[in-house]
Amino acid sequence: MSPWRVAGRRFVRNRAAVAGAALVALLVLVAAVGPLCTGDPLAQPDPVRLQDRPPSGAHWLGTDPYSRDVLSRTVSAARVSLGIGVGAALLAVTLGTAVGLAAGVAGRRTDQLLMRGVDVAMALPRIFFLLAVFAVWEQAPPVAVALLIALTGWFQTSRIVRAEVLSLREADFVAAARALGVPEGRIARRHLLPHLAGPIIVSASLDVGNIILLEAGLSYLGLGIRPPTPTWGNMIMDGKDVLFSAPWVALAPGLALILTVVAFNLAGDGLRDALDPKARA
Amino acid sequence: MLGYVARRLGFAVVSIAAVVVLTFLLVHLAPGEPMLGSADRRMVSPEVLARQRALFGLDRPLPVQFVRYAANLARGELGESFVLHRPVAAVIREALPNTLLLGAAALLLAVGLGLAVGVLQAARRHSLTDTLLGGATLALYSMPVFWLGLLLLLVFGEGLHWLPIGGMTDPAVHDLLPPLGRALDVARHLVLPAATLGLVQAAAFARFQRSALLESLGAEFVRAARARGLPERRVLLRHALRTALAPTLTLTGLSVPYFLAGSVLVESIFGWPGLGRVAYDAIFARDYNVIVATALIAGVLVALGNLLADVAVALADPRVRLDR
Repeated sequence: MSPWRVAGRRFVRNRAAVAGAALVALLVLVAAVGPLCTGDPLAQPDPVRLQDRPPSGAHWLGTDPYSRDVLSRTVSAARVSLGIGVGAALLAVTLGTAVGLAAGVAGRRTDQLLMRGVDVAMALPRIFFLLAVFAVWEQAPPVAVALLIALTGWFQTSRIVRAEVLSLREADFVAAARALGVPEGRIARRHLLPHLAGPIIVSASLDVGNIILLEAGLSYLGLGIRPPTPTWGNMIMDGKDVLFSAPWVALAPGLALILTVVAFNLAGDGLRDALDPKARA
Repeated sequence: MLGYVARRLGFAVVSIAAVVVLTFLLVHLAPGEPMLGSADRRMVSPEVLARQRALFGLDRPLPVQFVRYAANLARGELGESFVLHRPVAAVIREALPNTLLLGAAALLLAVGLGLAVGVLQAARRHSLTDTLLGGATLALYSMPVFWLGLLLLLVFGEGLHWLPIGGMTDPAVHDLLPPLGRALDVARHLVLPAATLGLVQAAAFARFQRSALLESLGAEFVRAARARGLPERRVLLRHALRTALAPTLTLTGLSVPYFLAGSVLVESIFGWPGLGRVAYDAIFARDYNVIVATALIAGVLVALGNLLADVAVALADPRVRLDR
């Protein structure tokens, strides 16, 4: 049986992991088709009489201080959170893999240079940079938000990948390929990369949750993707001022956030257990 | 050992310098006027703006500005705040102790609770207790820190009226209280922000501690200890926990950026007068000198955290090789 099928079986037997994966699938579905079913997230039907109404038949999750429907906004914001979370995680992991692989296969000099650079970058207070950039760049499009989060978030992955490469380089099958005269670039692509897939996949899936939380924190502060575009972060900001009189405004996006991050973390934990060669079968 | 510490120290200095250069470039190259957010820029005449720029030397070429800033920094001068019209050093001196107090309280909670829960889970692995605690730590770990803050505020501040909902002291009575009463006043205000910041990190520590302990419980030396007939409690606490502590030290050092990022959010929710608030206000007011200074302090704290963790690990674990 191939190692991938072994991992697949392990994953399927892990109930928490399956629940997480199912939840992720459900959330993707909601983000994809949900906004077509619910109303306009920006509509303000009656800013005077319909503000901060509790959940009812017409507005299942109530309305916010601008009389907007909380359900439509929560569903529509799922697109932003999932899009940025998945997009930025993929990009960050790609960057981290590229640099980690390069450091691992290149000579000692390049390796030292790259990894010292990564060490310095990891010591930078990331949140301050993101705050400063988005405070200045007021109309940053979602793609730019994802890009900047990815550009400041690939360092850990590059370390993990480099460490894996360094241990793989000593493996017999790599020595054999080298003895046969296979060029280094080809060894990296054909022989090293497939073995790195496990740690890379795990890294990416656990990154998604963290990035979603980071984006939510930025938009809670009113930065990144700005109102009126709904994000779970800025919905919680809207709900903060009416926390005591209309708690549903902040509770709905908060629960959506937790559910999403829990789903990705469960799936990520499951993938780690399934792909870890040291784990019991 | 000394050589190792010196190398780590040198690295810390390099990374702090990188923080200063990058932040300086970032704020000065960014579009927009200093001192003004985009909204009020239109309300000030160009002459006034030009005078302000000249006053703070912002009309000079960027390299000249940087050399002047670096020269001042070398003398320990952080410049003047454009907005508050006070020396930046004074602003930082006021805010930093408050953030350190908040961070220390949160860290204590995170390490203490995280360690306890992680050890309990590992001791009762695969039991109902383990599963329930695992669910709780996963939920906490996946929770946005600002949302947890609002939740605690709603329940303990507004609902139960147990604790104050904001600020660091009670302005009405604080100055009239005896010293002990003042300390208690601050402590009461500290509970909710420190719990918010600490609980999320405690969940991270617990998750980490549990898996580290489970891993070392499978190691040869643990089997050897069991074979010698040592009670399970002693095996867990004296043998397994010891090897699992080094990664916890590292994680503690590496969690400084998390506490800094969290402090921006938590301080804004609870009105805690710390570095996070100062940075947040400065970023929105384009207060260049304050932005660079807060990034500098943050860089110093992060580097210090890493340095202390590295040294502590080297001291605690004889297996760590110090060369390279």
